[in-house]
Amino acid sequence: MSIQIQFGLKRRDFSLAVDFVIPSRGITALFGASGCGKTTLLRAIAGLEPTAEGELDVDGHVWQNPQRNLPAHKRPVGYVFQEPSLFPHLTVQKNVEYGLRRIAKKDRLIATEKVVELLDIADLMSRKPNQLSGGEQQRVAIARALAVSPKLLLLDEPLSALDDGLKQEILPYFELLQRRLKIPMIYVSHSTDEVAKIADHLVLMSAGRVTASGATAKLLTQLQYPLAQGEQAEALIEAVVADIDDEYALAYLDFSGGRFTVPKQTLTLGQSVRVRVAARDVSLTLTHQVGTSILNIFTAIVDEMVTIGEAQLLVKLRVGERFMLSRLTRKSADILGLKIGATVYAQAKTVALLS
Amino acid sequence: MMLNDNDLVALLITFKLAGLTTLILLLLGTPLAWWLARTEWRFKFLLEAIVALPLVLPPTVLGFYLLILLGANGPLPEPLAFTFTGLVIGSVIYSMPFVVQPLQSAFVAIGRRPLEVAATLRASPLDRFFTVVVPLARPGFLTAAVLGFAHTIGEFGVVLMVGGNIPGETQVVSIAIYDHVESLEYTHAHWLSGGLLLLSFVMLICVYAMNRRFSLVKP
Repeated sequence: MSIQIQFGLKRRDFSLAVDFVIPSRGITALFGASGCGKTTLLRAIAGLEPTAEGELDVDGHVWQNPQRNLPAHKRPVGYVFQEPSLFPHLTVQKNVEYGLRRIAKKDRLIATEKVVELLDIADLMSRKPNQLSGGEQQRVAIARALAVSPKLLLLDEPLSALDDGLKQEILPYFELLQRRLKIPMIYVSHSTDEVAKIADHLVLMSAGRVTASGATAKLLTQLQYPLAQGEQAEALIEAVVADIDDEYALAYLDFSGGRFTVPKQTLTLGQSVRVRVAARDVSLTLTHQVGTSILNIFTAIVDEMVTIGEAQLLVKLRVGERFMLSRLTRKSADILGLKIGATVYAQAKTVALLS
Repeated sequence: MMLNDNDLVALLITFKLAGLTTLILLLLGTPLAWWLARTEWRFKFLLEAIVALPLVLPPTVLGFYLLILLGANGPLPEPLAFTFTGLVIGSVIYSMPFVVQPLQSAFVAIGRRPLEVAATLRASPLDRFFTVVVPLARPGFLTAAVLGFAHTIGEFGVVLMVGGNIPGETQVVSIAIYDHVESLEYTHAHWLSGGLLLLSFVMLICVYAMNRRFSLVKP
């Protein structure tokens, strides 16, 4: 099943024209610089942009086409705005129940108690919004949006107003929600970090247009997109826990290109995990190093190269059936004599586990 | 008791007029203020200027035109000048800005966001208005009601022109005071004037005190 989105909208200094399809499960991230139209697009999906014309079909249900246009309050969405935007005159409880009271009993598929528990707001229910911290307010806003049992959850940079600590606190909730409640989500973001952490599908936007749409792991390593060219460029690789080494407290994760070695933490045998390898943490050698402390070394083939700025080069490496990125100086590349098709050894100084 | 029967009737008429005018203005002024606060119509300033006109116009000018409009030679099948209904019409127009303007600024201050949130939570437009706008604009409603009421009590020129100072029908307190002064009945004038002064002062104190409390509750 899928969500088909086609919208056009014109303003004095901005126009939106998009036509794309995304899967109606998992988390889709709308990614792009500020002002590229991702928030406007999200608002159009929710029916909050009355001048947006086009067609919107969610799992075979028409929400909008030239003949029929559901107003915002008839679209089964949950929307979390950039600021928590709680109703200041209502308690947390009344805020959460506001939407719930307005849907039919048979449509209440998500138990409010479950949402309250997931987001850990049970102790806040009798308070007024101005007595809550920013993180608490945003958690209540998420709970309020979920309480209407939405068919689609729309999140507009829900973490941007929060500091890093709070972001790390709330981000896991989205994955948890996704896993437990199976609601498709569209998540607007301009942070590579957030996108890599939670998105399954990625839609890149620029100046009101969609420039690319595809699986996150695939788009992250395509050199022509700004994601790969930024400081935060990275690769995502799915791997399976193949062995646990209790003596060193390590886990070995296998994928088509080799084996990652990571601290075992709470990993269990057979578990699938996403491994994140940052481009700046990958160095290249022509021979397989032996006298090195680095454990994660992979045989790789140079697939593509682009220069970044004056001094640097970004190299896309084929490792088995997957890709990694490496960022190095042009001088290093010349010393190594890097050419497309050459075989090299990629050493990852650190790798991070997601979920 | 220093008020004669005539004064008491004038007081009664005054409060009836102010109460009715305030009620009508809240009913008419709320949708008008809401529309003014939300519309992007480019000529909205014209309407805003018309609403504000009674603020700057001498009441006698307004009263004069109303007299022509509501009078025996006017377009109405039944003249309304010198009747209580005529007074209500005149007062509604005269006190309009005192109700519409505070409501309009209260609605503007709420912004679009709370309404959009309510819409994504399945609230229909009318539902949004009563469950989000009305509670959030409560200080605005209070200010509008009290200013509309107090200002109607205080009007003189329009009432004199349109109502014609008929005791028991269109004579309100402000005109009764004028009559007393004209007839050099200063004691009566004192009692009525002092009463109005006190009442107006108490009403304004209530508005400012309650609005202060509301603004403290806001985030």
